[in-house]
Amino acid sequence: MYVAVKGGESAIRNSQQLLAEERRGDRNVEELTLDQIQNQMSLAVDRVMAEGSLYDKELAALAIKQSRGDLVEAIFLLRAYRTTLPRFGTTIPIETANMSIRRRISATFKDLPGGQVLGPSFDYTHRLLDFSLAANGDVPDAVEAEDAVDQNMPRVTDLLNNEGLIEEETTEDDSEPFDITRQSPKFPAERTARLQNLARGDEGFLLALAYSTQRGWGRNHPFAGEIRMGELSIEFIPDELGFPIEIGEITITECQMINQFKGSSEIPAQFTRGYGLSFGHNERKTMAMGIIDRALRARELDEQVQAPAQDEEFVLSHSCNVEASGFVQHLKLPHYVDFQSELVTVRALREAVNTDKPDEAEPIPGIVAAE
Amino acid sequence: MTASSQNKNTNGSLENPEILEGYNFAYLDDQTKRMIRRAILKAVAIPGYQVPFGSREMPLPFGWGTGGIQVTASIIGQDDILKVIDQGSDDTTNAVNIRNFFGKTAGVDTTEKTNKATVIQTRHRIPETPLSKDQILVYQVPIPEPLRWLEHRETETRKMHALAEYGVMHVGLYENIAHYGRVTTSYDYPVQVDDRYIMSPSPIPKFDNPKMDKMPALQLFGAGREKRIYAVPPFTKVKSLDFDDHPFTIESWEESCALCGSSNSFLDEVITDDEGTRMFVCSDSNYCKEQIEKLTNAPLVQNGDGS
Repeated sequence: MYVAVKGGESAIRNSQQLLAEERRGDRNVEELTLDQIQNQMSLAVDRVMAEGSLYDKELAALAIKQSRGDLVEAIFLLRAYRTTLPRFGTTIPIETANMSIRRRISATFKDLPGGQVLGPSFDYTHRLLDFSLAANGDVPDAVEAEDAVDQNMPRVTDLLNNEGLIEEETTEDDSEPFDITRQSPKFPAERTARLQNLARGDEGFLLALAYSTQRGWGRNHPFAGEIRMGELSIEFIPDELGFPIEIGEITITECQMINQFKGSSEIPAQFTRGYGLSFGHNERKTMAMGIIDRALRARELDEQVQAPAQDEEFVLSHSCNVEASGFVQHLKLPHYVDFQSELVTVRALREAVNTDKPDEAEPIPGIVAAE
Repeated sequence: MTASSQNKNTNGSLENPEILEGYNFAYLDDQTKRMIRRAILKAVAIPGYQVPFGSREMPLPFGWGTGGIQVTASIIGQDDILKVIDQGSDDTTNAVNIRNFFGKTAGVDTTEKTNKATVIQTRHRIPETPLSKDQILVYQVPIPEPLRWLEHRETETRKMHALAEYGVMHVGLYENIAHYGRVTTSYDYPVQVDDRYIMSPSPIPKFDNPKMDKMPALQLFGAGREKRIYAVPPFTKVKSLDFDDHPFTIESWEESCALCGSSNSFLDEVITDDEGTRMFVCSDSNYCKEQIEKLTNAPLVQNGDGS
């Protein structure tokens, strides 16, 4: 006799217990600590903080542990937690020219004030599996530089700006930035909404779109004007004090893309900008973001909108991996009522055709057409 | 569970977990609830119009009912009795999961009985038992925009709604008839509300569309991922789109429910063996149970095996 999909409750409970057990893995292997994740999986932590829109290394590490290393799942955990947090206010805007630099490179100038600072980078590693890490992983201490990093580390775009060669970054605008986590997005989107959307957007999605522009799908000639990574202190003015206090320090990565110039016989030509910024050390993400920010300015800069990366509604509506992952995977939910409706319709359509061709008629299982 | 369970105290099962500490009643903070209630009020005032709202990230995935959950969380009170169904059934995993979520975060009474519930959250069905004016039906909506399949740009569809420029919908239906000889849309069948806005009824089978018309209960629709809320106030005209010479029709079956014998409910088809033998049973599990009780004149204790 028919047994419906009953007993959902105990099935869910058992599944969750099994999940917990699988997450823990072999109990003879020592359990991961949050410290270990924070320190040795730091780029995973950075990605989860960036796309989770919450700067908290410990919680990000916890999310990574809980999600068994599934970073999109970890991002989801952090986002859901973020929903419950109260808002105290808005910090003073950060000034990236003043950050304590750990890495700063420019692809547009051989040398520049402050110099090129490679910092920690995969860039020039040979991608050879290092079997010594499998053995013990001991590493010698890194060599300390003789001189400290130059305090004067102006942004490349500011240097160009002195000559008027690149467009001004923004006009002074004190209006409250749009917050896509509190308001429903609108199109056309404000720049603040666009940058916020891209900053928390899925790295893979942005990467593929940025790549598509380089292959001609909305080309805009990017140069990596500057990529910088380092620490910045965050300041906040509490109402009861009325003056700024430092509430912490964060690591950020910033990318300034310098793009195809614009001008006319009357207006002197100027380079245009694309901007990327991310919590933590996220170079691939910020570079992709810089390229897409610029691509999405197509309409503003009177360029033809032809490619997906230039289409604001397409890019901004599909960048969030929490939304995308949820909706793609919701197909796992039962759909048998809708499917039953489709069965009824398809059988009725087939019956209508078969009635016209009696020779080929086949028995239709007990269904009367919808009409 | 027994058929009569109100399950406030079903011995230690997941169904009635401890109320979660450190979270607000029904999870959302009061500011958020106020924002959502404002959106709901606007939606009720403009039947069928999609009101944008600042949808939050919930601890359940987008696409799994976050819109319905946010609406329910914003309207539910301590005294409400909640019923959650998915595909018409209280027992499907997602319905169980959402019911548990409210059990955990709000501690409200839950029920499987349609007429006992004050708030019913649903995915893909409207209960067979007619609803009353004291009830609210909350739909989970994946894609709130009925014009989306014809025009994918939000900027365009909003304009079309504003100007009631709905010709394209009828052209779409006409092309469907021209191609197949009939309208082939079988679920999420578009409706026009109060002679004004064209609205997605959510992916309910078209079988359920007539129940929306002049329904005494308030109908609220929440689309979390798409950040839209819309509503059909009680006793509002809801018309499924059609043509005079191709009037709207609903699904019907030759069979009756193999469990309760009902001949006027939506039937699910169940394949029972390798030969493709089928049986048909009510999709509304509570309705089916009540029909059986009427037949046997006794409350049904065992779930599921239908004997």
